[in-house]
Amino acid sequence: MTAAARPSTGAEVLIRCLEREGVRYIFGLSGGAAIPIFDALVDSKIELILVRHEQGATHMADGYARASGQPGVVLVTSGPGATNTVTGLLTAQMDSSPVIVITGQTNSENLGKDAFQEADVTGITYPVVKHSYLVRDAAEIPRVVREAFHIATTGRPGPVLIDVPKDVSQGPCDAPFVDRVELPGYHVPGAAALEDVESAAELIARSRRPVLYVGHGAVISGAGKAVIALAEKLRAPIVNTLLGKGAADEMHPLHLGMLGMHGTAYANKAVTSCDLILAIGARWDDRITGKVDEFCPRATKIHIDVDPAEFNKVLRPTLCLLGDARIVLEQLLPLVEPLDTAEWLAQCKEWRRRHPLKYLKKGGLRAQHVLDRLDALTEGRAVITADVGQHQMWAAQFCRTREGRRWITTGGAGTMGFGFPAAVGAWFARPDQEVWAVVGDGGFQMTLCELATAAVKKAEVRILVINNNYLGMVRQWQELFFENRLSGVDLEGNPDFVKLAEAYGVPGLRIRRPGDIDRKLREARAHRGGPVLVVAEVVKEDNVFPMIPAGAPIANMIIEPPKHRLEKPHGST
Amino acid sequence: MAAPEPSAAAAAGPRRSQRSDVHTISLYVNNKPGVLVRVALVFARRGYNIESLVVSPAARGDFSRMTITCSGDRETLEQIIKQLAKLVDVVHAIDHTGDDSYETEIALVKLESRLDRRTEILQIAEHYGAKVVDYGPESLMLRVYGDSDKLDAFLALLGPLGLSELVRSGKILMARGLAET
Repeated sequence: MTAAARPSTGAEVLIRCLEREGVRYIFGLSGGAAIPIFDALVDSKIELILVRHEQGATHMADGYARASGQPGVVLVTSGPGATNTVTGLLTAQMDSSPVIVITGQTNSENLGKDAFQEADVTGITYPVVKHSYLVRDAAEIPRVVREAFHIATTGRPGPVLIDVPKDVSQGPCDAPFVDRVELPGYHVPGAAALEDVESAAELIARSRRPVLYVGHGAVISGAGKAVIALAEKLRAPIVNTLLGKGAADEMHPLHLGMLGMHGTAYANKAVTSCDLILAIGARWDDRITGKVDEFCPRATKIHIDVDPAEFNKVLRPTLCLLGDARIVLEQLLPLVEPLDTAEWLAQCKEWRRRHPLKYLKKGGLRAQHVLDRLDALTEGRAVITADVGQHQMWAAQFCRTREGRRWITTGGAGTMGFGFPAAVGAWFARPDQEVWAVVGDGGFQMTLCELATAAVKKAEVRILVINNNYLGMVRQWQELFFENRLSGVDLEGNPDFVKLAEAYGVPGLRIRRPGDIDRKLREARAHRGGPVLVVAEVVKEDNVFPMIPAGAPIANMIIEPPKHRLEKPHGST
Repeated sequence: MAAPEPSAAAAAGPRRSQRSDVHTISLYVNNKPGVLVRVALVFARRGYNIESLVVSPAARGDFSRMTITCSGDRETLEQIIKQLAKLVDVVHAIDHTGDDSYETEIALVKLESRLDRRTEILQIAEHYGAKVVDYGPESLMLRVYGDSDKLDAFLALLGPLGLSELVRSGKILMARGLAET
């Protein structure tokens, strides 16, 4: 026994609590107020992934969480370190992702006195977290950490912030570990009420044109098998949201792909014509419904959700079932009988035949062509992250996802800069998998400093930059709806992305013409031992179709490039 | 759970003459720093105005009661109550609009009145059961309590009689019988 056995510090107890929660990685960047916590990390088996910007840390943790289902943990300092996590918190909150952000804070006695690097971090982040804590006493640490992980990962998951003043992390702490949580105001729904499930079965029994509308909740709850089982039993087609991709195998014959603003024409036609729509962990987002009043107004709507606040928020369903998507579907399965949908499925098949996703293979390199080949080469088995914009929609259309947690993108927040760091985080979660980050030239430049992080950690992330030297989605809107008056979309001055990668010690490949695609993608797939970047120099001006103008009814879907001028969308964004 | 008919709650009707767009909500919350901000943000984000707010410790000291009156459309309110209930620190949120609860409010009123108006003021005060709590040479202070409509009527009468300051506590409310507040 050593004579100088000193008491543990708050920081040491904090790190031990994280170890008890099973944390393997912390994505972070240090600073004055966080030094005691980083110091405690030296003696921990938790590996620190040192990022180059705190926003990158939050997206890495988010990507880790979405790829693994386990919470991703971020550690940053006070003030600007903490405020740099706000975008990542919003992204995680909007997409129900379990991210834990631990922020250093100035000494308790300096709170509210404009001390160096002080910011009211809990105050700034209230609207973008599921819950948050300002730890005032080191004795609270074990309880706070246990509660934070419980809250972040259960029910509808979401980010939780823990703000730790430096005197708390530096001071002594002998608080025991906590296993049980007592949160009288926090309830986690499981099974739905039996009478509601029976009512749902009765409504379904009357349907002849049903559609299963599958969202992120189905991915989060692991409802994939149950969705397929229900679809096969009912003989009902499946559509999924952007974030619902992969919940059910998109290559399944009953799957019509993504619905919504840039969904497939056949998915949207099915939703427009259905007589029953069963929402499984999906929230009737404005990107899905278009004009709400005209969103399948005559269809019976059933809504399964773990968050009761989603009921009646956008529209009033016929029936709402509160519970975990997988459990509710398993309750529902034995109560339903096969439906007579032969005519309906034939109709859906006909729509699919008449309106396939298509693109030009001539007249220059097309992003769709590159992504179509990526899909073919990876057979829907890779983990693919996407950033925001045209490349994201094309990737969603052409890169079919066969199982949950293999398609990771920012849906609700639409955060440019998410895709690449999220892929780095996803690789830490699934290093055994082929991981691709599909990014645009605009979004990639917002967080590309993490090339250093990926290179140092030898993260085998394959970065596919779809470079059209434009903020392409905004340019598309300006072309279609604003008389092609381009404003603030030309990214002149873009770097040479191959040279940029090489500057970080990352090999860079370039696709210039359709003939390069397979060779370069194969080369990137074969690369081992670290990241590799492929830049596809695609045609500058191309548009994503189908497209439903924001706020318009789905029936107004534009399938082919329009020949006439379109009126400005009514939807806000 | 079945979706309620949009008109069901409205059809229940108010027990007394409440303005139709004014709602009363009671919250049972953890007694912790920051809870009030979280609650206020739910309203502010949706452009809903809080008209009065009373916070006090509950019978169990680690919890607090909040009684909130607010105005706005009913559909937004439905969403607000769900978002309030979703807050980790909110144990429950109940809309008492139009239900059978006992409610009351206190007001303190200062009048800078000439001596010749005092008889009239005291008559009104007596009628409303108001008590004179400060009687000075140039001013009077009255304390009155009752439901909010009664206070409105009382104050309207005093308005022309030199009313100079008004402090209202905001409504507090408790469900009758064994119903939960």
